[in-house]
Amino acid sequence: MEMVNRPYAKAFEDYAVQHPEVLCLSADLTSSCEIDGFRDRHPDQFLSLGMAEQNMLSFAGGLGLAGFRPFLHSFGVFLYRRPYDQLMASIAYPRRPVRLMGFLPGVTTPGGMTHQAIEDISVMRTIPNMTVLEAGDATEVESIVAAADSIDGPVYCRILRGSVPRLFDTPLEIGRIRVLASGTDVLVVTAGITTEEAIRARGALDRAGVSVRHLHLNTLKPFDAATILGHAAAVRHGVITLENHLVNGGIGSMVAEALAEAGLPRRLIRLGLQDTYAHGGSRPYLMRYYGMDALSLVRAVERLTGEATGIDEGALEAVRVEAVHSAVKAEAL
Amino acid sequence: MQNSRPTEDVALGIRRRVFEHSMRNNGGYLSQACSAAEQLAFLYNEALNLGPSTMPMVPPPFGGVPSAANTGYRTGAGYNGPFDAVHDRLFIAPAHYALVAYACLIEVGRMAPEGLEMFNQDGSSVEMIGAEHSPGMEVHNGTLGIGLSTGAGLAWGRKRRGESGEVCVFMSDGEVQEGQTWEAVQAAAHHGIDNLWAVMDVNRQQCDGAMDSVMTVGDIATKLRNFGAVVAEVDAHDLSALRQAKATPHDGQPLIVLAHSSPTRGMEFLMRRFPRLHYVRFKSEAERAEMNIAIAAELGVEPVTLGGH
Repeated sequence: MEMVNRPYAKAFEDYAVQHPEVLCLSADLTSSCEIDGFRDRHPDQFLSLGMAEQNMLSFAGGLGLAGFRPFLHSFGVFLYRRPYDQLMASIAYPRRPVRLMGFLPGVTTPGGMTHQAIEDISVMRTIPNMTVLEAGDATEVESIVAAADSIDGPVYCRILRGSVPRLFDTPLEIGRIRVLASGTDVLVVTAGITTEEAIRARGALDRAGVSVRHLHLNTLKPFDAATILGHAAAVRHGVITLENHLVNGGIGSMVAEALAEAGLPRRLIRLGLQDTYAHGGSRPYLMRYYGMDALSLVRAVERLTGEATGIDEGALEAVRVEAVHSAVKAEAL
Repeated sequence: MQNSRPTEDVALGIRRRVFEHSMRNNGGYLSQACSAAEQLAFLYNEALNLGPSTMPMVPPPFGGVPSAANTGYRTGAGYNGPFDAVHDRLFIAPAHYALVAYACLIEVGRMAPEGLEMFNQDGSSVEMIGAEHSPGMEVHNGTLGIGLSTGAGLAWGRKRRGESGEVCVFMSDGEVQEGQTWEAVQAAAHHGIDNLWAVMDVNRQQCDGAMDSVMTVGDIATKLRNFGAVVAEVDAHDLSALRQAKATPHDGQPLIVLAHSSPTRGMEFLMRRFPRLHYVRFKSEAERAEMNIAIAAELGVEPVTLGGH
C-alpha cells in the first residue's frame, strides 16, 4: 500500500496560495497540524491566535463577516469542546464560511481523553447549518481542502496527518458514498481509519465465503440515508457500522435512524466506542482494545450470519503498526 | 450620517422611552438606560461614521433564522447603515441592552416608535435579548464575552482589505469576568488591531447584584493595559469627556474607553432597589404607581397612563 507523508501540508499550501481569501489560523499546534511550512513560506496568509480557542472561533466569525474564509487548524477536540458556545453563536448560526480542520480524530492520538475527539461527529451533526466531512485516506485528505472550501457555510473536517495510506484514486466528492464492494450477505459501513480495517477484514471474509457489501462515507452531514437504505435492503443478514467514534450519535446512530425512519427491518451491529472514554495508547492497541479493528468486524459478521468463519488474527493481513514516536509523525502529540 | 439633535437630548429621549416602555410593560431594563444612555447616544449621534439606515423604519417581522434555504435572510445591521468600506460597524455586546439600543435607534431617526411596541412580542424581530436579526444588531452577542473577539476578527479583515471603516464594540463591565474577553484583548494587541475600539459601560452591576459581591474584578483599566490595550477612563455621563476619550491615540493597539457610569443616573428613585437593578420588576401595583410618578418627575415627563395589567 502506498503511504503518503503529510498529504495535508502540501494540499493546503497548493490550494491556499491560489485563494487569497483563504486564511490559515493556528492555535499553537502549527507543526502538529502540518502548517508550519505554510506559516514560514506565507506569513501574510497565516494568523497565530495562540492557545485561546474561544477567541479564535469568534475571531474567525468576524473574519468571515469581513469576506475571508478562515481555515482553523487544531486537534479536533479543541475546536468544539471548550469553544462550543463560540462555535454556535459566532460561526454556525450566522453560517460563516469557516473551515474547522480537526486533526487526530478519535483514537488516532495517544493523548488520552483530553486529546481524543470521540463525540465530535455526534456534536457537529446536530448543529444546524454545519457540514461534516471525514477523510479516510491520503487522496481524501488532499481533496478535502477544496471540497470544504466549496461549502457555503461552516464545515468541520476530520483530518488524518503524518503517514497516510492511499486507498482511493478519485477525489472526495461531497455527498458521494464510495461503494467498495457489492456483496449480498452483510453491509459494512465505515469512514475514516476504519475503512482500512474493513478492507483488511474483507480479504479474509471473501476467502471464508462471506459476501460483503462495503460503503465508505466521507460526508457525514448531509447524510445520504436513501443510498444507505438501498444497500441495506440488498443484503441478506444485516448491517454493521464501524467507526472511530462513539457509536451513540455517530455513524451507527445515523444508520439506525435511517433504518427506523424507513421502517426497513435489518439487524444492526454498531462497532466503535461503546459509551466509554478511551485512554492513551497506540492506534492499533486502542482499536483492538475498544473493538474497532478488523478482527472485531469479523466477529460481528459471524454474529450476524450465525456462522463461524474460522478467521483468526493470523488470517488477517498484518496490522499496520506504527510506533507512537515514529519518524513519519509530526511529533508525539 | 450625523443627527441634528444635541446628543444630550438623544440621551434624555432614550431614558424617557425606556422608562415609559417599562412602566407600560410591568418591568424592564431600566438601569441599563440610566448607565448607558449617553454612551449609546454618543456612538450613534456623533462618534461613529454610520451611513443612513437601509432597513424599513417599522421593523419587519421575524423572517426565519439563517439557513441555506432562507435566501432572504437579513441581519439587523442595516439599521446601522450600509456595510461598505468606509462606514463603521457597531456590535452591542451585552445583548440585554437591546431595549436601550432600540430606544436609541428611535431617537436618532433609524427606527419608528412603533418598533418599540413590537418589543418582546411573539413573531417580532424586536427581541428582548437582541438577536442577529433585531434592529441595530449585527451579530449574536447574547452570550457575554464573544463580542470583542468577533469585532477583532472583523477589524483585522477590514484592515487587510484596506477599508477605512472601523469596528466599535459596546461592552459591559460584567464581561471582564469572562476569560474570552482577555483572549480577545491579547489577540487584538498581538496583531496590532487598531481599527478596533470599544466603549465599556462600567456600572459595576450584574445580574445577581453589585459586581463586588458576585465576583471581584479588580482594577479593570490596569488589567486591560497589561493585556495590551490603550485605555481611557471617563465619567460615562460627561459627553465632552467621551469625545476626548474617543480621540485618544492608539496606534497599533485597540482602544477601550471605560465609561464609569451610575446605574440609576436620571432615575435616582431606583436606588431603593439597589443592588438588584438588572431587570426591574414591580413588587406591587402600589410600588409601580409610586415609581411611575417619581421617575416621571425626574425625567420631566407626565406619568405613564397605566393600563389594567
